[in-house]
Amino acid sequence: MRSPILQTAAKYLLPILLLFSAFLLLRGHYHPGGGFVGGLVASIAFVLHSFAYGTDNTMKLLWYKPLTLIPIGLMIASAAMFAPVLFGLPVMTGLWFDQPIPVIGMIGSALFFDLGVYLVVIGVVLTILFTISLYTH
Amino acid sequence: MELLLVMLIGVLYAAGVYFILRRSMVRLLLGIMLLGNGTNILIFLLGNITKGKPPIIDADLKVFADIYADPIPQALILTAIVISFGLTSFAIVLLKRVYALIGSDDLDDLNTPEEEDI
Amino acid sequence: MLLIVLSGLITSCLLIPFGKFFRSKWSLSLAVLPLALFMYFAGHIPFISQGNTIVESHRWVPSLSVNFDFSLNGLSLLFSLLITGIGSIIFIYASSYLKGHVYQDRFLGYLCLFMSAMLGVVLSDNILLLFVFWELTSISSFFLIGFNNDNSESRKSAITALSITGLGGFFLLAGLILMSQVAGTYSIGKLVESAQVITDHQYYPIIIALVFVGAFTKSAQFPFHFWLPGAMKAPTPVSAYLHSATMVKAGIFLLARFTPVLGGTDAWSWTLMAVGGFTMIYAAFHSLFRIDLKGVLAYSTISALGILTFLIGMGSEEALIAACTFIVVHALYKATLFLVTGIIDHETGTRDLTKLSGLRAVLVPVFIAGLLAALSSAGLPLSVGFIGKDLIYEATLHADATVSMYLTAAAILTNICLVAAGFMAGIRPFTGKLNPAFEKVHLPHATMWIPPLVLGILGFILGFFPGILGKYVVTAVLNGMTGMPAAVELKIWHGFNLVLLLSIGTLVVGAVLYLLNKPRAGSLQLLERFNRLSPQAVFGDISHFFVSFSERYTNLFHNGFLRSYLLKIIVFAEILLLYELLIGGPIFIDYSQLSPITFYEAANVFILIGAVIMTVTTSSRLTAVVGTSVIGYAICLMFVFYSAPDLAITQFTIDTLTVVLFVFVLFNLPSFLNFSTNNKATVVRDAFVAISFGVILSIIAIKVLQQPTSIDISNYYGKYAYELAKGKNVVNVILVDFRGFDTMFEIVVLSIAALGVYSLLKLRLKSSEKE
Repeated sequence: MRSPILQTAAKYLLPILLLFSAFLLLRGHYHPGGGFVGGLVASIAFVLHSFAYGTDNTMKLLWYKPLTLIPIGLMIASAAMFAPVLFGLPVMTGLWFDQPIPVIGMIGSALFFDLGVYLVVIGVVLTILFTISLYTH
Repeated sequence: MELLLVMLIGVLYAAGVYFILRRSMVRLLLGIMLLGNGTNILIFLLGNITKGKPPIIDADLKVFADIYADPIPQALILTAIVISFGLTSFAIVLLKRVYALIGSDDLDDLNTPEEEDI
Repeated sequence: MLLIVLSGLITSCLLIPFGKFFRSKWSLSLAVLPLALFMYFAGHIPFISQGNTIVESHRWVPSLSVNFDFSLNGLSLLFSLLITGIGSIIFIYASSYLKGHVYQDRFLGYLCLFMSAMLGVVLSDNILLLFVFWELTSISSFFLIGFNNDNSESRKSAITALSITGLGGFFLLAGLILMSQVAGTYSIGKLVESAQVITDHQYYPIIIALVFVGAFTKSAQFPFHFWLPGAMKAPTPVSAYLHSATMVKAGIFLLARFTPVLGGTDAWSWTLMAVGGFTMIYAAFHSLFRIDLKGVLAYSTISALGILTFLIGMGSEEALIAACTFIVVHALYKATLFLVTGIIDHETGTRDLTKLSGLRAVLVPVFIAGLLAALSSAGLPLSVGFIGKDLIYEATLHADATVSMYLTAAAILTNICLVAAGFMAGIRPFTGKLNPAFEKVHLPHATMWIPPLVLGILGFILGFFPGILGKYVVTAVLNGMTGMPAAVELKIWHGFNLVLLLSIGTLVVGAVLYLLNKPRAGSLQLLERFNRLSPQAVFGDISHFFVSFSERYTNLFHNGFLRSYLLKIIVFAEILLLYELLIGGPIFIDYSQLSPITFYEAANVFILIGAVIMTVTTSSRLTAVVGTSVIGYAICLMFVFYSAPDLAITQFTIDTLTVVLFVFVLFNLPSFLNFSTNNKATVVRDAFVAISFGVILSIIAIKVLQQPTSIDISNYYGKYAYELAKGKNVVNVILVDFRGFDTMFEIVVLSIAALGVYSLLKLRLKSSEKE
């Protein structure tokens, strides 16, 4: 099902959706969004691309297997979880920079935790779908 | 409106139960999904439905000024939705493998090899 | 003392990794352990025999009053010496008996375990600890009886023995707990002090009944005796060790140990005397008709245990002296006879008395050992058996005048049969003409024939010098049991009196009986006609009933069909919920609290219901999947209506991905099969169950609506979302901050699901490559 219309659309939709997902991730603390939603939107972007160009091409675009995103995400999330221990605080205490940064807003450990969730969700969804798709064809 | 939702929960549960009592594995899986949806709505109903008041604090305020939708059921359901995707995908793959092995999605066919062992 | 008790357990654990080492050459070296323990206990004889007690305590579970409390008094010392002494002999013997057996290390490990458990039983001062070791002896006995686990008879006997002794163990536990509740202590030493309280308590009959069941099952008293002949399926060293010299005497030990606590009442004495008396006559009589050497020995052992129970029941000082002498006597000669039998079995391959004869020509030292043991068992003067028998007669003659004649008669009758049985086991195989089939039989390794010979000779040494036994051992035991200092003197010669006359008479009549009673298969068959009425058959029927009942029960519920399980679970849940709803009071709906119905919300719900109906009724898989996704998107719309933007986005994306998933996987599967067995009745039944479940859930939902929702937690989150977590989207703040741990575990679960999918498919690829 290689349709030129879909391919053209996917070419432009991929970066736009990825940008949207990053937006959902970063603004998740203040507006609807967050790691889960952002991760799911990003995976949909890649799934759409794989529909248009085939899973193999999407895999090439990703450089690495999506499976590798899972440990990276888990590591970031647990680092955010245990970071307060270094400051002598209980695990999962929120740590924040004093000054907000333009566009993103306040940066703190919760944001990194959300980033970990985001990466894990992308890794999980893409691993499942791509494994099945590669196996089926 | 709540009564309609209550009815909907009943319908979803009834359909889910009916499906998991079937012999087909695909129906079993769909039944579990339907039960999951029913449960989500049930949990949602627990938190008193509220229209047009999402649990998001206004940009220029620090606490809620108005009433707002209960955030706890929402957090629970969000988790449940994502987990159920993991469950569904694993079950689907399991189903696919079983199908590849025995060439049927009849649950009863799973029993035969075991009985032959005896 | 803790280390002493547990040394066997530790050794058996060490045998797991290093067992190979002990399998052949070095198996003899394990005998060092019981030998060393024997030396240890022997070293305590002088101290204990003066009436002292050694007490030692280690904390274990203080909150439950279970501690490693040990006490070494005269009674424990006697049993410890028997356990380790006979144990040493058995270890030496077993090293050759099982030479080259694949599982010799395993066997020795079980023996070590058993020795540990048995020492624990006799040394424990805490009654719960006593129970733990008591059960451990049953378990190690189970493994030893079933040692030849490729033999179905052997397995059956092991299970019978375990279920009888284990059942008794439960009764015992109940009795012990009841006793300690009455007395308020778990220490046996302290129980003695409150003996009066216990015997006067209204629960006293229950307590002794429970303790009796425990003791009688262990010591094979009628009607629980039948497991012991079955236990003879074990290798002979085990029969000699567990089922004649030590374990079966644990019940006797228990009765003796609790005599100061529970004894002295009519109920105690008469029950023990009746049961013991009946068992000793019944079993002695039975032993005459056996043609299997071990069968003869098994029944004569039961009879001897009956004598011991009987003597403890009498409870007079003379009876107790007789009992404790007889324990030693019996252990010595019965172990010898078993070991002799073991050699005969090992060398000739049979234990059938009708086939064995004339073996004296080929197995001289074994014959001597057998002869000595048989004579000791018969109570020939100058043997230790003579002293034992004398004491028994003395005890019965000096009992209460009204019953003394009956008791003496019972003892004489039993002893006559036992004399004959002892001769049958110890002498019969060696007399007569040598069966030509056994001409090539030769003497086994010295480590096999020396042990029985040593035991046999020991029986006569103690017979020559009974003072040793009396001064050191029996005195100490009596001290331990009665708590009063006693000086016991055992003598060979009491002068011409009634007791001597009875002894000689018993010997002569027994010998005549032996000569008259030829082993015949016919008489055994005659006896077996009554088997249907025996306790064994009753027990067999009961256990058979349980097996078939559980089989039917399991088949009814565990039929292998998933939907049948689900149906049962769901119907059961429905019944529970209905019951709860019925007692939960009336249902009312407060219409003022409900929000108004708007057109687009109602339309959405009806679309949802329509999609559900379509999914259920369709016979096409694709339609069903489409229906499910319509349901998902409609729910997503609902989240939009009711102020849940995060949920709406999540539901939307997940639903999309699920559809993609289904498309990938189900694309190449065939359409729904229309199963012929899915007949109308089944469909109607399932639909009924499903609809009633839906209705029940709706009613529950309505009831939930009646309840005012507790919003404290929500308010807390709403209040502190910005203050503490610097976030304004409360749902997201809950996910990543307030309940961050849950989210962390959730993503771990997701990762596991992904890995599962990944490996499941990769695995599949590889195994298909193999095919």
